[in-house]
Amino acid sequence: MTDPTRTPAAQSGPLVSVSGLAKSFGDHEVLRSIDFDVAPGSVTVLIGPSGSGKTTVLRSLNALDVADAGVVRIGDVEVDFAQRPVTKRQVATLRAQSGMVFQAHHLFPHLTVLANVTAGPVLAQRRDRAAVEAEARELLRLVGLEEKADAYPFQLSGGQQQRVGIARALAVRPKLMLFDEPTSALDPELVGEVLLVINDLAAQGWTMVVVTHEIRFAQQVADQVLFMDGGVIVERGTPDEVLTRPRTDRARQFLHRILDPLD
Amino acid sequence: MNDQTVSLILDSLGPLLRATVTSTIPLTLISFVLGLVLALGVALMRLSSVRVVSSLARLYISVIRGTPLLLQLFIIFYGLPSMGVRFDPFPAAVLAFTLNVGGYAAEVIRSAILSVPKGQWEAASTVGMGYVTTLRRVVLPQAARTAIPPLSNTLISLVKDTSLASTIQVTELLRVAQEAAAPTFQFFALYGVAAVYYWVVCLVLSFGQSRLEERQNRYVAA
Repeated sequence: MTDPTRTPAAQSGPLVSVSGLAKSFGDHEVLRSIDFDVAPGSVTVLIGPSGSGKTTVLRSLNALDVADAGVVRIGDVEVDFAQRPVTKRQVATLRAQSGMVFQAHHLFPHLTVLANVTAGPVLAQRRDRAAVEAEARELLRLVGLEEKADAYPFQLSGGQQQRVGIARALAVRPKLMLFDEPTSALDPELVGEVLLVINDLAAQGWTMVVVTHEIRFAQQVADQVLFMDGGVIVERGTPDEVLTRPRTDRARQFLHRILDPLD
Repeated sequence: MNDQTVSLILDSLGPLLRATVTSTIPLTLISFVLGLVLALGVALMRLSSVRVVSSLARLYISVIRGTPLLLQLFIIFYGLPSMGVRFDPFPAAVLAFTLNVGGYAAEVIRSAILSVPKGQWEAASTVGMGYVTTLRRVVLPQAARTAIPPLSNTLISLVKDTSLASTIQVTELLRVAQEAAAPTFQFFALYGVAAVYYWVVCLVLSFGQSRLEERQNRYVAA
């Protein structure tokens, strides 16, 4: 029942620390003792076969999925999921630390592009509308969609919708950006424009955790790659270590299946 | 049709119009608006994860839908006085119709809320919105699109159901027509005029429904 613990003094260590994360859906253990850190300004990429638990790890970082056990710390906000009940307040505080980009974008269909981006800052954070709108237009320019401010989501391509989703997540000024397979629902020719935006954010020093199947993208932007299978992190390291010279058969087979599906 | 009938019809146009404007329409609109507010509350209770709360809502809906509206009117106007609660005809009618709309519209609103994808709740939550803000700014505006056609049905039914209030002494359209017809036995002519008035009110509402639907469709692909 305690508030999210706030430790004083901004740490010079990792921005995100996850330890002992575990979760089951019924009898099925989706996560077993997940531990990892994310350094400030770094990009962590989660890869692995479907059902390996990578999306659940990501959704545990903002408590969209509430883990059964384990501790998640983002900045000075820490939630111990073993401590029951996890309060709404704790969930909200943890969730406010990050911005989330969904596989299926989940833009608000009844709002214009600009209103989608300003929704969080204006309606939830109660920031000044004029200032927020100026900032939102700047974010739309960043993702290359400034001229679409007054369009509705249905008038955009899949890639454009996903870029609006990125701007919407950035608008709440999160410490951390989470991406849940941001390109998996897109036509192949639209994947590049979204990855370019994510790449730009990495170059600007955003701390990000990305679940993706885009191995070449991971190779280029990741500082840390986590390969998951069966609810555990099987391999971790630099892209070169995990993607180019994987140590385990499971990782080797997975990469082989993705890179040469007909082999 | 003889001259006497024609002049009776012409003479009745004014009083029947007055009854429509001063009684039938206000009774409909007040009951509908209050009923919608009630229905939203009942729908949210029905969706609550607290068992007692959702069971209460379920019971309410079941009773309202499982008993005749005429009987509900009678219980409120003729039944409650024996328990010491006495209403004038018009407030009694408003109460009965509000409770009735509350039961029917609750199910419409509940299913409309459920038709909004879970991802919308999640997305709203990740940009910091709480339950009430999400409901007001994200979910209900989208649920409205789904709910407008069935709620329009409820409203149009209600217009005609207000004629039941004639049985508890509300001087609404049907009752005024009855009173005008009784001494002359010109039932066909006067009920005919009343029917046309009801129909015109419903036509206007149908037109309003179409406009509202067009407006709601501005954000979806054709």
